[in-house]
Amino acid sequence: MAFIRFVDRPTFRNPWAEFERIRQGLDELSRSYGEKGKNQPANVYPPLNMYEEPDRLLITAELPGVRVEDLSLSIDGETLNLQGKRDNHQSEPGISYHRREIESGSFSRAIGLPVKVDNERVAAKLNNGVLTITLMKASAVTPRQINVSAE
Amino acid sequence: MSAQELKIQDKKPVQPNQESTKTETCFAPHVDIFETDAEVVVLADVPGVTPEDIELSLEENILTIAAQRQPPKHMGRLILEEYETGHYLRRFTVAETIDQDQIAARLVDGVLRVSLPKVAPTQPKKIEIKIG
Repeated sequence: MAFIRFVDRPTFRNPWAEFERIRQGLDELSRSYGEKGKNQPANVYPPLNMYEEPDRLLITAELPGVRVEDLSLSIDGETLNLQGKRDNHQSEPGISYHRREIESGSFSRAIGLPVKVDNERVAAKLNNGVLTITLMKASAVTPRQINVSAE
Repeated sequence: MSAQELKIQDKKPVQPNQESTKTETCFAPHVDIFETDAEVVVLADVPGVTPEDIELSLEENILTIAAQRQPPKHMGRLILEEYETGHYLRRFTVAETIDQDQIAARLVDGVLRVSLPKVAPTQPKKIEIKIG
């Protein structure tokens, strides 16, 4: 969809028009660079995927072995905080390991949300090791359908 | 709280034996394998699968853990992707003699725990030698 701003109209006898054009070009460039943020490995555990729907944001994370009671979520303005731990220590005595690839430890991650969300309407569920957080967008940023009436 | 910070572990893609017609990604789940006097236990991280989607088999000392991950429901536009999802597949050769009928598996919080009970060792038979 072409998005035409008010300032995009041709401006006659505007000495700054050329600068405006350059600025728009730079905006365009930074926007297309932002698209490259997809499929980039995270450097903080846990890796997250984020999906956007017209009225909500969905964030998913794979957290195998993390119990619900060991996970804590909080939202502060436009920052979502995710904390928890995984304890994979075996209590049985006299065991010998063949392979050890699963780690134990704690994690803490904060993520800035791309849009304003309604802090009162946040839902999270942990199902088979996958965390899904649903954040409803604040009503100000939810797109609204405008009905066109004929006279 | 554990002192250690969890780090991101890379998912290792694996090739199934046969090439599939669909291009599907398959990952090798991270595992812990340990042994007690009575059993061998395999723990595997398989987040996102249900017990019905897991296939476990032990044939000729090869333990196969395969799990089909259902594709995620359509959840709108992807705006951040830091991990990929896919099926799980991993095979191990089990050296110990396992009591095939007693194998048990549980799935808790996305972690599969397979217990493979060892067969009780048979008493070595002593052969007496008579002096004739």
